[in-house]
Amino acid sequence: MANDLFNSFMTGPDENGRFGDFGGRFVSETLMPLILELEAQYEHAKTDQSFWDEMNFLWTHYVGRPSPLYHAERLSEHLGGAKVYMKRDELNHTGAHKINNVLGQIILARRMGKTRIIAETGAGQHGVATATVCAKFGLKCVVYMGAHDVERQAPNVFRMRLLGAEVVPVTSGRGTLKDAMNDALRDWVTNVHDTFYCIGTVAGPHPYPAMVRDFQAIIGKETKEQMMAAEGRLPDTIIAAIGGGSNAMGLFYPFLDDKDVSIIGVEAGGKGVNAKMEHCASLTGGRPGVLHGNRTYLLQDDDGQILEGFSISAGLDYPGIGPEHSWLHEIGRAKYVAITDAEALEAFKLCCEMEGIIPALEPSHALAHVMKIAPELPKDHIICMNMCGRGDKDIFTVAKALGVEMNLGA
Amino acid sequence: MTRIDAKFADLASRGQKAFVTYVMAGDPDYDTSLEIVRGLPAAGVDVIELGVPFTDPMADGATIQLAGQRALEGGMTLQRTLDLARAFRESDDTTPIVLMGYYNPIYSRGVDRFLQDAKAAGIDGLIVVDLPPEEDAELCIPAQKAGLNFIRLATPTTDDKRLPKVLQNTSGFVYYVSITGITGAANAVATDVGPEVARIKSQTDLPIIVGFGIKTPEGAADIARVADGAVVGSAIVEKIAKGQSPADVLSFVKSLADGAHSA
Ligand SMILES: Cc1ncc(COP(=O)(O)O)c(C=O)c1O
Repeated sequence: MANDLFNSFMTGPDENGRFGDFGGRFVSETLMPLILELEAQYEHAKTDQSFWDEMNFLWTHYVGRPSPLYHAERLSEHLGGAKVYMKRDELNHTGAHKINNVLGQIILARRMGKTRIIAETGAGQHGVATATVCAKFGLKCVVYMGAHDVERQAPNVFRMRLLGAEVVPVTSGRGTLKDAMNDALRDWVTNVHDTFYCIGTVAGPHPYPAMVRDFQAIIGKETKEQMMAAEGRLPDTIIAAIGGGSNAMGLFYPFLDDKDVSIIGVEAGGKGVNAKMEHCASLTGGRPGVLHGNRTYLLQDDDGQILEGFSISAGLDYPGIGPEHSWLHEIGRAKYVAITDAEALEAFKLCCEMEGIIPALEPSHALAHVMKIAPELPKDHIICMNMCGRGDKDIFTVAKALGVEMNLGA
Repeated sequence: MTRIDAKFADLASRGQKAFVTYVMAGDPDYDTSLEIVRGLPAAGVDVIELGVPFTDPMADGATIQLAGQRALEGGMTLQRTLDLARAFRESDDTTPIVLMGYYNPIYSRGVDRFLQDAKAAGIDGLIVVDLPPEEDAELCIPAQKAGLNFIRLATPTTDDKRLPKVLQNTSGFVYYVSITGITGAANAVATDVGPEVARIKSQTDLPIIVGFGIKTPEGAADIARVADGAVVGSAIVEKIAKGQSPADVLSFVKSLADGAHSA
């Protein structure tokens, strides 16, 4: 490991969009010129100060950044071990980290002269963020959402419609996030001239995984500064939930070369990572394959057919994972674990009761892992988990899981 | 020389345009599908594109998505698709078969093993929608080495600057996608397609076959007139979806073939 000092984990992807063997540009020829154009425009914007000035202004005045870094005192005490911090990205406008990325992509879309924005959404948070920013800039917005998710995330569907977006329920396949992504790609091949595809996570063909990561990296950058201010040092462990992996990549990326910081990604274990595949843990229970423009770990059968995942959390219900995570997993820089629905629900309840924070079901998975490891760790061990979304959207799902009947008075 | 090269040489010597069909392997079930595929050459089909079912066909419209689902529900796999091709080859050693699908089932099987098995099953060429020239090292180069044609899609978004890259490792024929969009959607318009075919022809000697959005004998004739041939897929798959007998499906195919061959 002598050349560890000289090796950076932050240089990916290479010019072919690869993180090791993962990533790439597995798209149809119709889309290829579009993603090359996007890559060129992004490369240009990335080094253009006026692009970042606009981002920073909106992050401050529209989103409400920086989000606080919060010491969860009662929870830490209750767990009786490590000192637990939460990066409060659930306090962002629209209630999740998703808007960090959406702002970047939409500013880019405007620079490229695109007038119509399409997006896929699972939990609806990315859809709401996209609809929000489109409303702000007067852009037409079409959101593809699996019919099954339209049902279980009804409040977000209504929010998107209030914001002027067209929500298209997707019935192809089995009507979840992966099918929504398929239909968004079908829309994009059809409307190549005026349309910008705003992907909600660190997946898709190059340059999306790198671009979305760069926009979300504000989470990790702020965390570093805030932790230095609060503790005078970096955290020992950082933890985030993983659907496609954008909030996690955003937190992890600025820490990749801080080799003393251990990094843990939490996948959705659903009913348990078993042979029945009733989970969404691509790294824990899948193998490498090619879907949605990149090579990554996927849930698939022996024939290479993609399997539907299962999770109580619509935002984690995706059979793949961003390619950079697959790479971090294989080289061992980050560790990936799975948390079941039941464990996430316990964490959800505890967070409400101990901290007065109603978390989204997605970060409840990260918190559940914190609950598992914190008690065994010394008091001076600092854990920072990404509280990447608030739970307003999930109260119906949670009520159902807890067997509570909600009468909406209608 | 592959069966594809031989077929196009033969068509050229007779001054005839090619008629190409797409059907999904195993739709609605293995036996019916094999019966239809076996009948295609007699119905006038010059090249058979055999769809490999995949759960996430991103470039396909509802018709072909549903065909893939029917096939998968009936237990169809890449292996069974190769079995079907092999069964077809028992009675036909000249009609080219091109597998058309997506990369993951092939990648999952392993590229080397797949190429060996495909060659042994009598497959002549591959169209893999989600492998652009940028990913040639994955399958295109190994396939050419194994003696299979790798047929590339050129599209309305492939501009003159990019075209050489698309043509570089293409063999057999070039598949021009007539529209920006998915299969089974908009109609191909001969007056738009003609100049595009000419544009591609100025950079290659390979035959240019046009597909996407061709649904009728007249449409096939119009497109074949401005290209080296026409592909019909969704319109045939729709008949299969409606439960038409193989004989009825094949008589529709014959009407399309007559259209294309009249050009
Ligand atoms: C609050 C929240 N967290 C996490 C996710 C999962 O996405 P990612 O892994 O890209 O952060 C979602 C997706 O909808 C979400 O809404």
